[in-house]
Amino acid sequence: MKKKKFLSLALAAVMVMGCLAGCGNDSSPSDESGSGSGGETTSAFKIGGTGPLTSDAAIYGNAAQRGAQIAVDEVNAMGGIQFELNYQDDAHDPEKATNAYGKLMDWGMQLSLGSVTSKPAEATSVLNYEDRIFALTPSASSPATTEGKDNVFQLCFTDSGQGAKSAEYISEKGLGAKIAVIWKNDDVYSKGLYDTFMAEAEKRGLNVVSDTTFNDGNKTDFSVQLGEAQSSGADLVFLPMYYDVAALILSQASTMGYSPKWFGVDGMDGILSVDGFDTSLAEGVMLLTPFNADDEDEKTKAFVAKYQELYGETPNQFAADAYDCIYAYKQALEAAGCTPDMSSEELCDAMIKQFTTMTFHGLTSDESGMTWDETGTVSKSPKGMVIQNGVYVGLD
Amino acid sequence: MKKLNHVSRRNFLTYALVLLAYAVLQFLSVQGSLSYSLTGMLVPICVYVVMAISLNLTVGVLGELSLGHAGFMSVGAFMGTAAAMLLENAIPSDPLRLAVSMVIGAAFAALAGVIIGIPVLRLNGDYLAIVTLAFGEIIKTIFNNLYLAVDSNGLHVSLLGNIQGLDTDAREIIGGPMGIGSISRISSFTAGIILVLLTLMVVFNLVNSRAGRAIMAIRDNSIAAESVGINITKYKMMAFVTSAALAGAAGTLFAMNYSTITANKFDFNTSILVLVFVVLGGLGNMQGSIIAAAALTILPEALREFADYRMLVYAIVLILVMLVTNNPTIRMFLDQVRVRLIGRKKKEDFNDAV
Repeated sequence: MKKKKFLSLALAAVMVMGCLAGCGNDSSPSDESGSGSGGETTSAFKIGGTGPLTSDAAIYGNAAQRGAQIAVDEVNAMGGIQFELNYQDDAHDPEKATNAYGKLMDWGMQLSLGSVTSKPAEATSVLNYEDRIFALTPSASSPATTEGKDNVFQLCFTDSGQGAKSAEYISEKGLGAKIAVIWKNDDVYSKGLYDTFMAEAEKRGLNVVSDTTFNDGNKTDFSVQLGEAQSSGADLVFLPMYYDVAALILSQASTMGYSPKWFGVDGMDGILSVDGFDTSLAEGVMLLTPFNADDEDEKTKAFVAKYQELYGETPNQFAADAYDCIYAYKQALEAAGCTPDMSSEELCDAMIKQFTTMTFHGLTSDESGMTWDETGTVSKSPKGMVIQNGVYVGLD
Repeated sequence: MKKLNHVSRRNFLTYALVLLAYAVLQFLSVQGSLSYSLTGMLVPICVYVVMAISLNLTVGVLGELSLGHAGFMSVGAFMGTAAAMLLENAIPSDPLRLAVSMVIGAAFAALAGVIIGIPVLRLNGDYLAIVTLAFGEIIKTIFNNLYLAVDSNGLHVSLLGNIQGLDTDAREIIGGPMGIGSISRISSFTAGIILVLLTLMVVFNLVNSRAGRAIMAIRDNSIAAESVGINITKYKMMAFVTSAALAGAAGTLFAMNYSTITANKFDFNTSILVLVFVVLGGLGNMQGSIIAAAALTILPEALREFADYRMLVYAIVLILVMLVTNNPTIRMFLDQVRVRLIGRKKKEDFNDAV
């Protein structure tokens, strides 16, 4: 009994020390940046964002961070407007995203890149709204992210837009007579796409012959889902999901000897960089994504080259989205004549005015550029892509 | 008599510790010297403290390993939040609505505790642990497939998919895998501290009662306990359901602190996280649970300076703390320090320690 009591006391002492040390660490850097901000913030805008730099969605968070960092370095090198970028890890979890957001606020964030993935973005965008920090998220696509918040904008398509666009594309190009859908029924992203895809498919008279699901607990074996798609004679399978599971589905289908056309969404982007995945299996996979790394356009080429040089891989759509975010900020800040010593509230008002009126040309838009409406959703046209010889090629 | 005094003195010390922490943090927050990130973590800390204390009741006092504690938290989170959304017009006052929904969340979690407890508590040891783990997963799966919407015709529930044929003024409350969105964030630190104090009161009073002694007798030797006429199932159930209800209230508080909540948040990892708090704080030691839960919630955030190596450092710190606190030499040394600081030990304490 007493032993236990002592153990608890010793523990308490250790933990309190750890806690105090932790708090000390916590406050001192923010104090530093706080005091440094007097001299520094007058020259640079502080941009913060959260994303999954670790966990199973890490490929997106890291891509976004790298893309944004490249853009920030380029902008800073040009002289003129200066940016300071701070990305914090949220491990694809709303709770950790809220903590990460707190960290950024202590750092003195003036403009936000929101969160990279949907659910964390829903949590942080509410805070953005309450604290009047303008947010432009590169890739959080759920409609709830922007709903009811006048200062949260998206640079990517919404889930609903994408699902409908996919069905439209399949029907217009006549890609499949019988369609199977495999989706993840405990995932916001997958469900959002599925719902809108099915609605549009029904409207356009697409013949969906098989509709099967999986969830987090059983995402390793797809023989049932694929078997059903195969036996119902589906010649196109729509996969509204992230790339990691899609890679598994492709390799299992190939062992089953089932080779329909595969149609994915922007979450499929990244499939070519999965460890141990035979990229030849992804041959002929089609996906709708706003960014094409093989574009002949000057800006895209320069960005891809820079990314490859720094990180040794081809950038995906998330990197391009984040890159565009920084340039969109640059354009808006210049047009509004903002200076870094303005308060985040003033910046927020100026940005709302700019983003709802301006047209921005970036890596993820075509010649007509992209525009935003008051709700914060973007309007731009998607590019159909197909994987050929291990690289993405424009479908048209 | 003396022993009893000692126990109640210790309990009061625990209440005092919580109140002191509250007073200090409130003072700092009024002064404005509390950082934004720490302010944001106050409610989750209270939630995890309650989770740890309630799990400690099952693991430390009842002596049964439960690996599905997050399941009860999710029952509380979903049911409590749904109740709060439905009561939005009926109860305009935020604190009152929070209290009512916490009670509802706790009631549903207690119900889940009863349903799960009936089959589970017939088992012992490892078997019980595995079955609670399975129940945790079942609860998660149910909420991932539960759809709840309200319109002018009333409440609609479905386990199949989106509810069709709703009125135009319908409001979706639980959307299956999408969880609950656009929650009005009415949780507050004060509510959290009140919940912590209530939890402590419930647990301390239970442990120091006739029922509590029966529960501990079951832990120490169930055959002996049964032989003196203790109704094992009844007392096991009492501890288990109390623990579930408290976790449910914590779940409601947790959900109302964020604008969105999904069932996947309350998975096996969360159950284990809470179990780590309990083990680190000491089985049956409520004070330890409080401190461990608070410290381990802050720690990953305090380690953000390490960037990518953060979780690695977190793991190393955890291992070191576990090793250090269980090392006899270090404990003896700390014991001596304590003797020197506090003065001579009471004789009974000394005997006990040896």
